[in-house]
Amino acid sequence: MATGFFTDTTLCIGCKACEVACKQWNELPSDGFSFTGDSYDNTVELSGTTWRHVAFVEQIAATPDGVEDRWLMSSDVCKHCENAGCLEACPTGAIIRNEFGSVYIQPDVCNGCGYCVVSCPFGVVDLIDSLGGTAKYSTANLQESRLDASKTALAHTGGVAGKCTLCYDRQTLGMVPACAKACPTDSIQFGDVATLRERAKERVTTLHARGETSAQLYGADDIGGGIGTLNAFFLLKDRPSVYNLPERPVLPSTRQPDGYAAAAVIAVGLAIAGWAIFRSA
Amino acid sequence: MGRGGATAWVPDLANADCILIQGSNFAEAHPVAFRFVMQAKERGATIIHIDPRFTRTSALADIFAPIRSGTDIVFLGALVSWLIENKRYFHEYVSAYTNASFVVRQDFQDTDDLDGLFSGWDAASGSYDTTSWDFERDAQGQIVTDETFEHPRCVLNVLRRHYARYTPEMVENTCGIPVATFTHIAEILAANSGRERTTAFAYAVGWTQHSSGVQFVRCSALVQLLLGNIGRPGGGIMALRGHADIQGATDIATLYDLLPGYLPMPSALRTESTLAEYLASNQKKTGWWANMPKYVVSQLKAFYGKAATPENDFCFSYLPQLIGDHSMLPTTFAMKDGNVRGYFVIGQNPGASGQNAELVRSAMERLEWFVNIDSFENETSSFWNREGADPSTIATECFFLPAATVLEKEGTMTQTSRMLQWHDKALEPAGTSKTDLWYFYELGKRLKALYADSSDEKDRPILDMTWEYDDPDEPGEPGEPSARKVLQEINGYVTATGEQVASFADLKDDGSTASGVWIYTGVFPDATTNRARSRVGDDSTSLGWGWAWPANRRTLYNRASADPLGRPWSERKKYVWWDETKGEWTGVDVPDFPKTKAPDTPAIAGASGMDAHSGADPFIMLAQGRAQLFVPAGELKDAPIPAHYEPLQSPIHNALYAQEVNPMMRQWRRPDNRYNDSPHDYPYVLTTYRITEMSGIMTRYIPWLAELQPEAFCELDPELAVEKGIRNGEYMVISTALGEMEAKALVSGRMRPLRINGKRVHQIGIPYNYGRMGFARGDSPGELIALSMDPNVSIHESKSLTCNIRAGRRAPLATPDIEMAVPAQMRTTIGESVAHGAQ
Repeated sequence: MATGFFTDTTLCIGCKACEVACKQWNELPSDGFSFTGDSYDNTVELSGTTWRHVAFVEQIAATPDGVEDRWLMSSDVCKHCENAGCLEACPTGAIIRNEFGSVYIQPDVCNGCGYCVVSCPFGVVDLIDSLGGTAKYSTANLQESRLDASKTALAHTGGVAGKCTLCYDRQTLGMVPACAKACPTDSIQFGDVATLRERAKERVTTLHARGETSAQLYGADDIGGGIGTLNAFFLLKDRPSVYNLPERPVLPSTRQPDGYAAAAVIAVGLAIAGWAIFRSA
Repeated sequence: MGRGGATAWVPDLANADCILIQGSNFAEAHPVAFRFVMQAKERGATIIHIDPRFTRTSALADIFAPIRSGTDIVFLGALVSWLIENKRYFHEYVSAYTNASFVVRQDFQDTDDLDGLFSGWDAASGSYDTTSWDFERDAQGQIVTDETFEHPRCVLNVLRRHYARYTPEMVENTCGIPVATFTHIAEILAANSGRERTTAFAYAVGWTQHSSGVQFVRCSALVQLLLGNIGRPGGGIMALRGHADIQGATDIATLYDLLPGYLPMPSALRTESTLAEYLASNQKKTGWWANMPKYVVSQLKAFYGKAATPENDFCFSYLPQLIGDHSMLPTTFAMKDGNVRGYFVIGQNPGASGQNAELVRSAMERLEWFVNIDSFENETSSFWNREGADPSTIATECFFLPAATVLEKEGTMTQTSRMLQWHDKALEPAGTSKTDLWYFYELGKRLKALYADSSDEKDRPILDMTWEYDDPDEPGEPGEPSARKVLQEINGYVTATGEQVASFADLKDDGSTASGVWIYTGVFPDATTNRARSRVGDDSTSLGWGWAWPANRRTLYNRASADPLGRPWSERKKYVWWDETKGEWTGVDVPDFPKTKAPDTPAIAGASGMDAHSGADPFIMLAQGRAQLFVPAGELKDAPIPAHYEPLQSPIHNALYAQEVNPMMRQWRRPDNRYNDSPHDYPYVLTTYRITEMSGIMTRYIPWLAELQPEAFCELDPELAVEKGIRNGEYMVISTALGEMEAKALVSGRMRPLRINGKRVHQIGIPYNYGRMGFARGDSPGELIALSMDPNVSIHESKSLTCNIRAGRRAPLATPDIEMAVPAQMRTTIGESVAHGAQ
């Protein structure tokens, strides 16, 4: 049975409890303290050390009655794709599909090559720098937060790829992932993916009946581009690109035939060109 | 209505058909409680948010209306007027359960007669003689009523006249809410109230922190009573507390003018030198408060044990007496003027989040000693080392005592639903940290040891104080007092046997029972049952989850959920009703009414206690058993009916009255507390708030939270930003007559200029969470806000202010001028006499 997340953004209140619960459980350091001026979003994007990220999108028409105004909030996370680019690209076998159907990075096998980073269609995976006092996060932060750096999972694994594990450790103990547990409004729901998909489709029907016709699912069904379905899928209030999600994500490996064909064409072309040059010479 | 707590409980919001959120950023400040608002919304409820800013709460609401900060009484008063004029109020509820039919005295004069003042104003003392704010009585002393609502002086008609000029047009021109939006909201509120439906109101410090804060909340009560939503499921007024135990702090009385359980503190301003005199001036003869002697005597027995006897007035004379206003703000001035010797600050940070924070910090330089108990060093404890200060000139002896955090101690917290929930200790305190309980227990023990040999009569209160909270059977740190024993004493016991008392109905006024806080009696009903520990939930009222005062009632005044004959108003809103066959009140909640008092029980004229109420009077704490649309003499200092006054600092003149501001509000006009008197120099409205990600010093040191909102910021609208050359993400300076602060600009269309009487008014907002220490840091708006306060509860005005702004950064802070000349006549002594109204 595959488990996953149904993130219903119509229920998100932007409290960021998911971000904090994730970092606390997974003992991830902060990404630094700088003000972006980008609405209430100061963590900006998913990274090797930020595995849940809440996006804030202001759509303000500024009519006097404020009826048209919207402030969209959405908690982004690794999609745990049916066909995962990162998994395909990993040369060491560090990235596997585990017994919960999740795409999981084994930190002790990862060699930090970074192929997975460029192979993720959603820009989720990132390399975690070593813990050696980089600007991005420092051991000072860890010490200040009373975390003992030597005991964190990352202490042994600086220089590897990092992303959401779907709380593999919690799942093995029968516990709900930290983000879903912390979410106060059930915007993040965890469970059997098939059940979640059913629930999500009912929810869209309900919202459409209420007149919220822009409500749409992202990744509950085959999302195209060779990726298939997403074990962590979303219910959005607007087009995916509004939330900085790709409208047409593509699995890099699906471009391989085209790439080989192009290479073949170029090779043939070069051969002809070479033949022509040598012949004229 | 009668009690110092929200009338509703948070999960019940899910049963509302409409929720009006005003004076609160519910989703951001109470994200967990907001789940019940979301549940209501999913069940089809309409969510309305009215606020100066478009916040995360607005984003989830169905209707958002921007309002000019500080004008809420105009909006709420216009709702009162609209409901009465359009006859959209719940007639049966209003006539049976409120004092709408009571006839007001002939000599009462309203604000329209006196241009913003009520009758009884004495300009010389700056206070009201409230004698005329009362009801007409017949020859037998009974209040004259008119159930037909035709008498011109019945309360409903007094309200009608009082709010006649609070029109939708006045709302548009004063608050900035368009007429169409106002009437749309009024229609929705009326349509979602009545027999079949209920509307809930939720507010927080956005209503209270004003110079008329109490009247803001009062005005919401008028609307909810006219709509018939009090005491009913999915109704009520939800006072959202800002921190985990704020409700408990007022219940157990950290307020200077209260003893635990909302008993008044004895006052030297009245003649209360004996228990009899104290009861004579404070005990209500009718209604539940007629029981007050039992609660006072039981409390004295809890305080002083065997030493308290009938012969010595149960040691009543040991209690301190008020000699004036000892609230925080006047005491801060007294400190600044050298009249306070020592200062305890526990779990608070007035040096950053306090208003006029520099006044607080410089005042502390005048102390002999200062004790801070906190988990983190903060801007208050480091006042001597702050930017611009010279430690070599400061003689204050400072003590910093490290406090255990909530996870490192056990005990109860009382949350916003008046519910006590026990929590266990999860970790041992870090390092040398101790629990607050340990510090106070130890202080008491050491004081007792210090005075052990004294035979001086004035030392008896310390020597006679009961102070036995050791429990050798409980594991834990040596010397750690037992929180369980404290809770058992708060609950109360029979003095002869030591057995726990099960209910406050069992408390006696003869010294045979002791109880620290009568409203908490029942939480520990026998030796082994701690109901605050209970965690039995269900799909209804979950009466087995925690324990709520009083008597585990979840919805207060729930007698009003049934009609005068005791039948549910509707099947859909069935909650508590009269069971004819059993002859008792029953339902899904604990009835807030004498259990076997039938609905048709007549009131007995001239009787005392509950006999003076009929079986249809739900507001049992009040003298007349009816909710007070008009508050009679002696209860409020500034108005019997809420009237709109502009904030002390406002760019707009009062459109309703010549009286600009609340005439009873407290001001301190001194060189170290300067107000923005010129709207021309300070043309923008400034409001303050907190954000989800940050609390204060305890979150600024947590990297996971600090990265989410890492720096102090100021929200402003794009039009104003362009006009002032301020760029998003860059520094700006906010200034008032008191001082300056800097913050990063957050330019957003969520802030919008309003049109007020043809004038463009811009509002800016600054969060309160920051200070100069921690990972997330920055200036606090406390640097900008001169102290002023409401006359009833001494709350500061910090939600509606004025300011000016510019791009750039502030100058470094100069050495504070501690010797800044404060003329002698402006100086303040401890417990200064209260110019505005006697205690």
